[in-house]
Amino acid sequence: MATAQETAEKAESDDIRTRWLLSAPALLIIFFAAIGPLFIVLVYSFLAPGNYGDVKWQFSTDAWMNVLFERDIFDDTLSFAKANLSIFTRSISLSLLTTILTLIFGFPTAYFIATRPEGRREIWLFLITIPFWTNLLIRTFAMMEVLRNEGLINSLLRFLGLTTAPIQFMYTDFAVLVGMTYVYLPLMVLPLYASMEKIDFRLVEAGYDLYASRMQVLRRIIVPLVKPGIIAGSILVFIPSLGAYVTPRVMGGGTNLMIGNLIELQFGQGRNWPLGASLSITLMAIVMVTLMFYVRNASKTGAGHG
Amino acid sequence: MPDKPDRNAIEVIGVSKIFGTGEARVAALDNVSVPIRENEFFTLLGPSGCGKTTLLRLIAGFDFPTDGQILLYGNDIAPLPPFKRPVNTVFQNYALFPHMTVAENIGFGLQMLGKPKAEIEARVSQMLKLVKMEALAKRRTSQISGGQQQRVALARALAPQPKVLLLDEPLSALDYKLRKEMQIELKRLQNETGITFIFVTHDQEEALTMSDRIAVMSAGKILQVGTPWDIYDKPAERFVADFIGETNFLTAKIDNVANGKAKATLKSGKTIPATVAEGFTPKGEATIVVRPEHAKAVKGPGELSGTVENIVYFGTDTHILVRLDDGDLFTVRQQNSRSASCGFEEGERIGVSISDDAAQVLKD
Repeated sequence: MATAQETAEKAESDDIRTRWLLSAPALLIIFFAAIGPLFIVLVYSFLAPGNYGDVKWQFSTDAWMNVLFERDIFDDTLSFAKANLSIFTRSISLSLLTTILTLIFGFPTAYFIATRPEGRREIWLFLITIPFWTNLLIRTFAMMEVLRNEGLINSLLRFLGLTTAPIQFMYTDFAVLVGMTYVYLPLMVLPLYASMEKIDFRLVEAGYDLYASRMQVLRRIIVPLVKPGIIAGSILVFIPSLGAYVTPRVMGGGTNLMIGNLIELQFGQGRNWPLGASLSITLMAIVMVTLMFYVRNASKTGAGHG
Repeated sequence: MPDKPDRNAIEVIGVSKIFGTGEARVAALDNVSVPIRENEFFTLLGPSGCGKTTLLRLIAGFDFPTDGQILLYGNDIAPLPPFKRPVNTVFQNYALFPHMTVAENIGFGLQMLGKPKAEIEARVSQMLKLVKMEALAKRRTSQISGGQQQRVALARALAPQPKVLLLDEPLSALDYKLRKEMQIELKRLQNETGITFIFVTHDQEEALTMSDRIAVMSAGKILQVGTPWDIYDKPAERFVADFIGETNFLTAKIDNVANGKAKATLKSGKTIPATVAEGFTPKGEATIVVRPEHAKAVKGPGELSGTVENIVYFGTDTHILVRLDDGDLFTVRQQNSRSASCGFEEGERIGVSISDDAAQVLKD
C-alpha cells in the first residue's frame, strides 16, 4: 500500500508527463517554424557567399564585418559602411516618425470610437479593419495614386491654381512616411481603443469636477490611463515599420531604401546570403534592444495600473 | 438642530432636463424649483430613475438643463463647464484616479487651481488628518479598502474648499456597519467644514438620520421638501408617505377642516382627529396615513378592530399584522420588552387604538 505522500508524488509526476505530452504539438511547431529557421539564419551569417547566391560551407566573419565596415578593394583598409549606416538610421528615424504619426492620428480616432454609444462602436472598428482585407501592395499603390505627379493631390493643387508644376512627392522619404503611416494606422488604433474602452469615463468627469481643463484632463488623466495601449500600439507599429519592405520599395523607389530592402537586395541581386543573414539578425537586435529599453522605461513610470 | 442662516447657497429655478427626442423623449426633470440654504445638509431622496442624480449632475455641470436656472449665491451657473464651478462631487463609485497615490488624488483639485506647492502640501495633510488617512498617504488607491476609498473621495472633494459639496449615493457600496460609521463621519465633516452638502440617496433611513432637510422626488418632480420630521410625520402625498417608512393607509370621510385639523370618519364609523397639510382642503373621501408605531394593539375595542394575521419579531420591536374587518391589512408596531411576549396570538380578535395626533390626511 502506497503512503499518501508517494501517491501524491506519483500523481504529480503523472501530471507533469501529461502536460508535456499535451503541449508537444505546440512545442514542435514553435521549434520547427520559429526557432529552427532563425537558427539557420544565424548559421548562414557565419558562412561565405556562394558565386550564384547560396552559401559556401566554410566559416567566415566577413558578412558581419560588412554590416558595419567596407573593405577598400585597392588598399584593403577598413572604413565605415556609410551606405549601410545611412539605411539603418533612415529606417530607425522613419519608423519612429511613423510611430509618432500613427499615435497622433490614432489617438483621436480611438477616442472617438471609444466614446460612441456601445452598440455603434463595432461598426467603427469594422471600418478601421477594412483596409486589412485588401492586399498590402494594392493599398500602397492606391496611396501612390494619391501622391504621384498626376495624382489626386497634385491635380487638386493645379486645379486650384496653387501650383503650376507638380510637386515631387513620390520617391521621397515623405512618401515612404505617408505610406507607412497609412498602412500601420489600424495597428495603433486597435490597442489604443482596447485601452480607452476600459477607461471609466467618470474619472474624466471627476477631473473636470476638480477644475482640470480639457487639456489637463487629457494630459493628467486620459493619457496615463491609456498608457498600456500607447505602449502596445507603438510596439505593433514600430517593429513592422522597421522591417518594412513593400512600402519603401513602392513609395521610395530604388533610392530611399530601408533595412528590409537592403536585406532583400543581398538575397537577390547582391547574391550575398551571409550578409543578408547578418543584416537580418542586426535588425532583430535593434528591435530587441529598443523593446527592452521601451518596456523598462514604460514599467518605471506606468506601474500600478493597466 | 442648529439655526441655519437664511441665505441660499443654491437656487434651482424651473429646471427641466429632457433626454432624447421624438418618441424616445424622456423628461428626467420636469420644472423643478428648490432653494438649498447655506450650510445645510440637504438630501434628494427618491427611487432610482426619479431624477435626483440628474439634478445633482446639472448642479455639478456634467449635464446642462434644457430649461431653467441654477443659481449659486445668486449667479447663474447653469451654462458653465464643471471646471469653472466652485462645486465638487463625491461620486457613487468614488472615481479615484488609479494612477495616483492617495495624497496625489487629494491634491489634484488644488493643483489644477494652480495653488503653490507648499499650500497644496499643507492642505493635503490637513485633509488626510480630517478623514484619518495620514498613514496611507503614499498608497495607490487600488491598495486601500472601500471605506478608505470613500474617505479619500471625500477628502479629494473637500480639499479645494468648494462652496457646495455634492454627494451621489456615496455610501451605497459600503456594507451596513461601515455605512453607519460613514453616516456619522459625514455629519461630523459637514459640521466641521461648514460646507453646504447636497446628498443624493434612495435610502430613506439614511436621509432621515443625516439631513437637515429632505426633498422627496418622483418621476422628475419634487413632491415635498421639509425636515425629516416633516417628511415622516406630515407627508403631503401618498407617494411620500409610502416611500418613507412603513405606512398604513386608510380611507376616511373628511369634514370640519379648519386650521390644519379635520375630522376623519373611518369605515368602522368611528371618528378620529387628523392633521391636514397647509393650503389643502380635502373634500369627501380621502386617504389618511397612520404610522405603525402611532397605533396600539388593544385587547378591548379600539378605533379599528380585526383579527391578528401575523406576528413578526424584529428584535427591537414586533410588528402585529391585523386583518381589519373591512378586509384591509393594518400594521401595528409595538416595542419589545425583555421579559414579556407581545401579548397577542395569531387569530386573536383585537382592537386597534389610534392616538389623537397620529392621522394625516394625504393629497392623492
